[in-house]
Amino acid sequence: MVFLSSARVVLDQADISRAVRRISHEIVENSRGSDDLIILGIPTRGVPLARRIAETVAQIEGHPVPCGAIDVTLYRDDLPLREVRALEPTDIPAQGIDGCTVVLVDDVLYSGRTIRAALDAVHDLGRPAIVRLAVMIDRGHRELPIRPDFIGKNLPTAKDETVRVRFVEVDGVDDVMIDSESVGDADAG
Amino acid sequence: MQMLGKHLLSAGDLDRAQALMILDTTAELATVTERSVKKLPTLRGRTVVNLFFEDSTRTRLSFELAAKRLSADVITFSAKGSSVSKGESLKDTALTLEAMGADAVIVRHGASGAPYRLATAGWIDGSVINAGDGTHEHPTQALLDAYTLRSHICGGQGDLQGVHVVIVGDVLHSRVARSNVLLLHTLGAEVTLVAPPTLIPLGVESWPCSVSYHLDDALMQADAVMMLRVQAERMAGSYFPSTLEYSRLYGLDAPRLELLKDRAIVMHPGPMNRGLEISADVADSSRAVIVEQVANGVNVRMACLYLLLGGAGSQAGGD
Amino acid sequence: MGAIVLRGGAPYGLDPHDIVIDDGVITAMMPSNQAGSNALDGEGVELELDASGCTVIPGLVDLHTHLREPGREDAETIATGSQAAAMGGFTCVHAMANTSPVADTAGVVEQVWRRGVEAGIVDVRPVGAVTVGLKGEQLAELGAMAASAASVRVFSDDGLCVHDPLLMRRALEYVKTFDGVVAQHAQDPRLTEAAQMNEGALSARLGLAGWPAVAEEAIIARDVLLAEHVGSRLHVCHVSTAGSVEVIRWAKARGIPVTAEVTPHHLLLTEELVESFDPIYKVNPPLRRAKDVHALREAVVEGTIDIIATDHAPHPREDKDCEWAAAAMGMVGLETALGITVEVFIESGLLTWRDIADRMSTIPARIGQVPDQGMPIAPGSAANITVWDPSAQGPLEVDALVGKSGNSPYLGQRMPGTIRHVLFRGRPTVVDGALA
Repeated sequence: MVFLSSARVVLDQADISRAVRRISHEIVENSRGSDDLIILGIPTRGVPLARRIAETVAQIEGHPVPCGAIDVTLYRDDLPLREVRALEPTDIPAQGIDGCTVVLVDDVLYSGRTIRAALDAVHDLGRPAIVRLAVMIDRGHRELPIRPDFIGKNLPTAKDETVRVRFVEVDGVDDVMIDSESVGDADAG
Repeated sequence: MQMLGKHLLSAGDLDRAQALMILDTTAELATVTERSVKKLPTLRGRTVVNLFFEDSTRTRLSFELAAKRLSADVITFSAKGSSVSKGESLKDTALTLEAMGADAVIVRHGASGAPYRLATAGWIDGSVINAGDGTHEHPTQALLDAYTLRSHICGGQGDLQGVHVVIVGDVLHSRVARSNVLLLHTLGAEVTLVAPPTLIPLGVESWPCSVSYHLDDALMQADAVMMLRVQAERMAGSYFPSTLEYSRLYGLDAPRLELLKDRAIVMHPGPMNRGLEISADVADSSRAVIVEQVANGVNVRMACLYLLLGGAGSQAGGD
Repeated sequence: MGAIVLRGGAPYGLDPHDIVIDDGVITAMMPSNQAGSNALDGEGVELELDASGCTVIPGLVDLHTHLREPGREDAETIATGSQAAAMGGFTCVHAMANTSPVADTAGVVEQVWRRGVEAGIVDVRPVGAVTVGLKGEQLAELGAMAASAASVRVFSDDGLCVHDPLLMRRALEYVKTFDGVVAQHAQDPRLTEAAQMNEGALSARLGLAGWPAVAEEAIIARDVLLAEHVGSRLHVCHVSTAGSVEVIRWAKARGIPVTAEVTPHHLLLTEELVESFDPIYKVNPPLRRAKDVHALREAVVEGTIDIIATDHAPHPREDKDCEWAAAAMGMVGLETALGITVEVFIESGLLTWRDIADRMSTIPARIGQVPDQGMPIAPGSAANITVWDPSAQGPLEVDALVGKSGNSPYLGQRMPGTIRHVLFRGRPTVVDGALA
């Protein structure tokens, strides 16, 4: 990945922190009364985001919220178009997802294809009562009828721009950058 | 990330990173095997051919199940009852499969090197996976053995650094032994081969392992002991005087099991000759992980199929 | 037919000469571009062949050729094999007996001989089988074959070893009647059951059944002792190991009348090529280690190994287009033998052209007792002449293989020159690199 000088920061650490807090409150509000909430992050950067959201929800609710990871690689529809990818860990809380409210979490929502794959993966894991979607950035350009329920920031972009979310847990820094040079999006989702 | 090549022909072709990637992928896929819906859509639209010139029900079923769990279309082409047994050549069979659009050919063949011919002669375009060729190699068996060793001895993570594996039996005719020596060495394990000198290939000193003719001495060091199938027919070739003498000197029985370290495991690639290289009570003991090896076999083969077929192929540009 | 003048070629790579050939014999030789050479022009000269820049040597004699006829005409025929031989600079080949039917009677060897005469571009000397059907059980009618029109002098079960020591002794003794020679394919059958390649570290890794050097060396050791014991001469086919060289060196030092041959491929190729599992490299005896190749080269230089013989073994494509174990053993060699020899011995300076002429013409003709072959490039000699063009270097093209089969391991590899002309008993068989 090459970052050219035209990259600019659109969210800093404080912005991300505020967004996580707001999303968490919205999740609590939205799922009020349901104590079977499960937050599932989509690797790579959906996982730390899911963890932060789960921790924040737990603080608000006063009890722990199960959180896990769901790798969607094996469900992607673009596998034959790209080099084979290593699988990321899938980690589903022990009680399973049947009858639960599952909140899928990803860093950037773009074409919607990753979420389509995630819905298939969830379907193979069990039968949740409700599935919701939380993303840090919605950059538009959807190719499937998929809409997020909780959004950190709407970021209208051109198709040749790249959005890059970085989290301390993975990248050592919290920020969101946009780059107008085409450098190949790290995550097509 | 270190990708696999187009084919999987020899355990010796895998470097440490590639071998670990297969084991790590296997670990992820193992979780799929544990859930109620065991099927993945990953290889939908891909065609995988099981090309078995030798009878091997367990390996064939293992590959078949692995491919089906990844939603590939699977054709099985067995020598028995097919044109192969009527004198059709390897080449003509390959050309037929190519015409059918095979993305991968999993080949088991009695002749050492047959998968190499399929991969390099220009008869087919697809990936070739060696499912055992003659007395040469059986790389997926070595991978499932490494996976089994790792989950029992290394907590399911990392390589096999410092693990001592003793492989006992007909090394000369064993493709399992050849692939295991190469792969286990790559993963950092120490391997000792134990057999009568007649069943150790001439030139073994170039292999990355040690050799012993004495089972009892070797067992005391072992974290795992892998028993190889010994065919009674070898007696006719004067490789050993009698099956009784063989099993007395090189068979694993209950008293010998006592020599092993507390947590050491007993492995066997199957099918077993109970009473010859392994006694029934050892085969059924709690140390034997033989059934687990079979289960791991499916997951390892899923991992190999995914890593070989789950992308655009080696010609596409990487990340 | 009038006289032929071969202009400007250098006999044995020395000074260029013009050579006059008339009525199948070299009649005159004079240095090129000297006064008087023009005297060769004009009346009576039917054909002039340009050999400038080329080396002129006696026509090559192969003591070990498989022409496959009768029985495997899909692989080679006596006619196509003769063409391959001519294109490779040969004027005489010895057709091995492992045909179908086996050349173990006067009838079969005469038939082979006659077909060779009909083809008419090289001397085809049939080799007679030592035992009936190559079965190693009972002596074939060696005397009848010797007395036949084919005048067989070399006997061999090649492809199989005369393994029974008593039978080998009898054969060695019996051929003394007509000063014949037994050419032994030295391979202990029990030690090489199902053998696929040289036995050693590589065969261990590749899981291919090993062909141990000792299986060759033990038979050679036994046979030289038998030859000494009964006072017969012995010829050893396709020597392939350093150990065999030592045994033969020992035997020669002891005065045992043994001769030995080595193939061009055993002088160049090593067992590592088997790693490809490409059966083009499957040959019997198998390709060996680099140290064997070096020992064989040294043996050729010092004369322990007397001659280079091709073991030209044509196989149809389907017999090589398969898995290793199922593939036939052997490679074609007639068209490339001189090129490989030049690469190994001339370009390295190990041997002179006169040495090459000895080892590929004079001595094999002597071992096979072939009249008119292997004679020096000199007035009075039968005009069996090969003209080598070192300027025509380049990769070996499949078109250069004029025999019926293309199982050469050298396709695409550089050859250090080509055959420009060949004269067989005074008649051009190859002119300007093409069959005349």
